[in-house]
Formats: sequence, C-alpha cells, structure tokens
Amino acid sequence: MVKEDIRSIPLIYKLLAGLLFLLAAFVIAMLFGAAETTLSDVWMAITSFATGDKISLIRDLRLPREIAAIFVGSALAIAGAVMQGMTRNPLADPGLLGLTAGAQAALAIALALLPTAHYFALMLACMIGAAVGAILVFGISAITRGGFSALRIVLAGVAVSSLLYAIAEGVGLAFKISKDVSMWTAGGLIGTTWGQLQVIVPCIVGGILLSLLLSKQLTILSLSEEVAVGLGQKTTRIKILLFLVIILLTGASVALIGNMTFVGLMVPHIVRAIVGTDYRSIIPMSALVGASFMLMADTLGRTLNAPYETPIAAIIAIMGLPFFLFVVRRGGRILS
Amino acid sequence: MIQPAVIRKQRLILSLLLLLTAVTIGIGMGIGYSSLSYDRLIPTLFGQGTFKEEFVLFSVRLPRMVVTLMAGMALALSGAILQGITRNALADPGIVGINAGAGVAIALFFLFFPVKADSFVYALPLVAFLGALLTACLIYFFSYSKKTGLHPNRLILTGIGFSMALSGLMIVLISSAERTKVDFIAKWLAGTIWGSDWPFIWALLPWLAILIPFALYKSHTLNLLTLHEPVAIGIGVSVEKERIILLVTAVALAASAVSVTGGVAFIGLMAPHIAKALVGPRNQLLIPVAILLGGWLLLFADTVGRQLAAPDGIPAGIMVALIGAPYFIRLLLQKK
Repeated sequence: MVKEDIRSIPLIYKLLAGLLFLLAAFVIAMLFGAAETTLSDVWMAITSFATGDKISLIRDLRLPREIAAIFVGSALAIAGAVMQGMTRNPLADPGLLGLTAGAQAALAIALALLPTAHYFALMLACMIGAAVGAILVFGISAITRGGFSALRIVLAGVAVSSLLYAIAEGVGLAFKISKDVSMWTAGGLIGTTWGQLQVIVPCIVGGILLSLLLSKQLTILSLSEEVAVGLGQKTTRIKILLFLVIILLTGASVALIGNMTFVGLMVPHIVRAIVGTDYRSIIPMSALVGASFMLMADTLGRTLNAPYETPIAAIIAIMGLPFFLFVVRRGGRILS
Repeated sequence: MIQPAVIRKQRLILSLLLLLTAVTIGIGMGIGYSSLSYDRLIPTLFGQGTFKEEFVLFSVRLPRMVVTLMAGMALALSGAILQGITRNALADPGIVGINAGAGVAIALFFLFFPVKADSFVYALPLVAFLGALLTACLIYFFSYSKKTGLHPNRLILTGIGFSMALSGLMIVLISSAERTKVDFIAKWLAGTIWGSDWPFIWALLPWLAILIPFALYKSHTLNLLTLHEPVAIGIGVSVEKERIILLVTAVALAASAVSVTGGVAFIGLMAPHIAKALVGPRNQLLIPVAILLGGWLLLFADTVGRQLAAPDGIPAGIMVALIGAPYFIRLLLQKK
C-alpha cells in the first residue's frame, strides 16, 4: 500500500518537501526565460544593491512576476480547497463557479465608469464582483430542490459565468474599452509591478491566515452539516467567514492575473492524495503546491514560444481538462 | 395519432413565426449604420434604387440577415436533437463543447493553411464539422461507461470541461498568431456574424437543405430515443446506431452554423424549449417550430446588437448570451 506509506509520514516532513519543491520551482522560474540569466545574477539581484542589465531585469521584471505567481497560485488553490470543503462538491473551483466571471464583469464596469480609478479600487471592484458571482451561483443551486448537487452547481456556474462574461464584453464594447478590459483579464502575469504587489499581497496573506485559522472548523463542516451542528459549530457564522476568505483570495487573484480556471480544482485533489482529508493539512499544503504549480506553468508559458508569451490561463486550462474528466468519471455516484 | 387540434395549433404558430420573421427582416432592412429609408425599400427591392441603396441592401444587409436566419435555424435543430438523444433538457451545442471544437478547427485552419479566398469559404463548414465531430467523439467516449451506458449528466459535465479546455487552446493559438488574424479569431469567439456575404450563404445552404429534411424524417426515431433506453430497445430501435447517426447530424448542423457566426450558445437551448412549451414534446411538430424560432431569435439578437454601440455593434453571441443565460438559470430553477 504505497498510499498508506505516504500518509504515515508526519505532516511536517511533507510540508518541508513541499517547501523544497517550491524553492526549486522558484529558482527554475528565475533562471529560464526569454533572456538567459545565471544563478549568480539571481543571487546578486536578490541580496545586493548591485546594478546591471540582467540584475535590473531580474529585479524589476522577473522577481515581481514570480512573487505574484507564488501568491496567486496559493490563493487560488486555497480558495478551491475551501470551496470544495464548504460545498462538499469535488468540482468546486473559483473559475467554474462564476467568481472570476463576476470579478471580470465588475472590472469592466469599474473601468467604464471610473477610468482613472486607483488599483486598489479596481481590486475592490473585483472582490465585489466575485462575491456577486458566487452569491448568484450558490443562490441558484440552493433554491433548486436538488440542493448542492455537483451537476447543478456546475451548470449554474456555467450559466452565471456566460451571463457575466457577456456583460463584461458588452460593457467593454459599448464603452470602447474592450482592449483595456482584455489587457487586464487575459494579461496573466505579464507586467506585474511592485506597486501592484503591495496592494494585492496583504489581501492574499490575510485570506490565507484566516483560512488557516478556520481550517479545523472547515474539516468539521466538510463532513456533513448535521455533524457540524451536532458538534456545536455555529455553521452560519463559519460559512460566512469562509465565504469571505474565498472572496478575498479570488478577488485579489483576478485583479492581478485575470481569468484562471482549474487551479483551484486540481491542486486540492492532488494534495488530498498526499495528506488526506484533514483541512488543517490540506490548506497549508495546497498553498505550497499551488504556488509551485503556478510557477512552473508560468515558466512553461514564457519558454514555450519565446520570446513570445503563451498565456498561462490557456496552459492551465489544457492541463486541467484531464483532471476534470478524472474527477467527473470517478465521482459518478455523486453526480446523478 | 396526433389530435387535429394540436396540428392546427402548430400550423398557426408556424405561420405566426413566419410573419414575425418577415416583419423583423423588414425592419432590419431599414435600420443600420448606413441610412436607407423605409419608403425607398420597395423600389430598391424591385431594382429601382440608386447604386448606394442597392449596395447597402443586397450586398450588406440582406446577406447578413439570411446567414443569421440560417445559422439560427441550424443551431436550434442541433439543440433539439441533442436534447432528445441525451435525454437532458439542458443540452446545447455551445454548452457541451461542440462549438468550441469547431472553433479550434477553424482557428487552426485559418492560421496554418494559406487562405485562398474562393475555396476558403466552402471549406470552412467542412473543417468546422471535422473539428466538432472529433470533439463530440471524445466527449462521447469519456462520458460512456460500459456499466451504465451513456450517462446524460456526465455527458454535460464532460462537455463543459472540454469547452473550457478548448477555449484555452484557442487562446494559445491566438497568442501565437499574427495580429491581423488575432482580431478575426477574437471576433469569432465573441460570436460576430462575420460571414455576411453571398458565398457564405451558398456554403451554408447545402448543409441545411440536406440535414433539415433528414432530421424531420428521423423525428419519429428521436421520439423513441427520448424514452427510457429499455423501452426504446423493446420497441425495436437499434439505439446505439440511431443515436450516433443523430449525434453526427446535430454536430454537422452546429458546426456549419458556427463556421459563419462564431461562438453562439444558448440558441440551441432556448428554441427547442420554447417550442416544446408551445406544441408539446412530439418531435414532428416541435422541430419545425424550433427551427423557425431559432432563426428568428438569432436574427432578432443580431438586429438589436447591430444598433447598439455603432459602428461595429455588439456581437450576436453576446446578445444571445444576455437573453439565454437567464433563461438557462430559469430552467435550472424549475427542474426537479
């Protein structure tokens, strides 16, 4: 039983292994790209104040970008894990359930009405939009008599997403800002600046800390509603807090990189195979795996067709399909 | 035995729809970016207009409306067939990923094969068909299991996964292309009626002329397939064979429509539903109503979209999504 062997290793070693993996992915991401750099360049750029072409390239372009990849990857992975635990639905993902579409619609509206808005305001708009998308999807599947069945919630997600995307595109075309909107939403990690990171990172860190605090409650909630109530959990309050976590993490991520489906779906499933079903281990591990995953996907996007970029969202969407199919096939029971 | 009253009702609805379509065409001929007043319409139609009036009417507006009408008809019929064979009321060529498959094939064709203007138009529906057929086969393969047969819900979920991944692939293709081609594909994705010229009508016409009568001929078989699988087998329908024939028909219809209109979803969902509410579930009666309804819906959406945000207008795909997504949500809420 290989699986049992993996599960019997103490969590701390697994986390350390995850951290090492993340470090390796980070170094690889820093080294490869359109311009060749060496390890010593990277080291100099991070630790010293030396200047030079390559060093400033690393410091001003690659470093902020990879830091963004780390934070966004962990944010999306945790958001996916929390959603899966909260809804007890293996197919939950911020991209599938209308959150990113909502954020995009809100972004388009914000850009149309307040063209000079500060980055922080746009991020807030993204969060509000994500909340609206999520409330619509959850609301629809809650009103329906089948409740939160996996199929119904995904279908509701598709419907709400296409409506919100249509609104985003319609607003973009009507106000002649569709180029700006698509710069935001399809841009991926291109052109991430330190200024953007200063706004986004605190939000994501806050969301991650909150999710770690709530992880024990999330494990209980993921068992079943009755168990949670029986153990004396105030389920409504916990759910609202968890919802807040999802909105914080997704809104901030979308503000930075735009649309991104499947990260939140894939990572928690991989992580569950390693650490089991306790969210106290799933959440930190998801953060590490999600961050490394995003770093690798970004490196791939930068090197696949260098010096041109292949959008990271597209790479992840294609990688995500086999996973999605696997979950759908395996989950035949819960789907019917 | 179909009651005469139902047949009379269907005839009445059909003639009303024809009238509605004619009125929409009449109104649509008179409005647009370039002016052509209503009192000049009749003389222009009979060949007594100025050069400009004739050009606007015969080379710009009429072909566009005819193409839109035909594409809407094909999408509606495709949706009706898909809903019948999957026994799922929420099937639509756009939602289950057939449109995205056709889109990827067209993008590949457009990017990697030298464009010869004359033969290009006629090859498009064929290329789209091949791409869509391949996608449909994959979706069928992944949602079929030996134990339970074709699971309707799993089919839809698998299709959603494919449509997301294929949209991702489209973005990869776009990002590796030249700028002029990118604009075309981006417009295609949004569902702009771009094939508004007579050759496109000739390219689309044979597909409709063969497939619509064929679908009507098969409507009785489709009725039986809608029943439980054991019942259909018991009556003597070779379920697998008929299902595949009809699936190929639906794919061909959707692909040919999508090759000139771009990504338009929801027509195939709405039209059969409304038709069912009007004349009941018999496919002989339902299909003609659904076809006319689908044609009118797309025509209406495009005519309204053309008026908003001049001069390019809002793509028909977005207009349809704005109407179709709420309809889809309503259906989700109603379904047990």
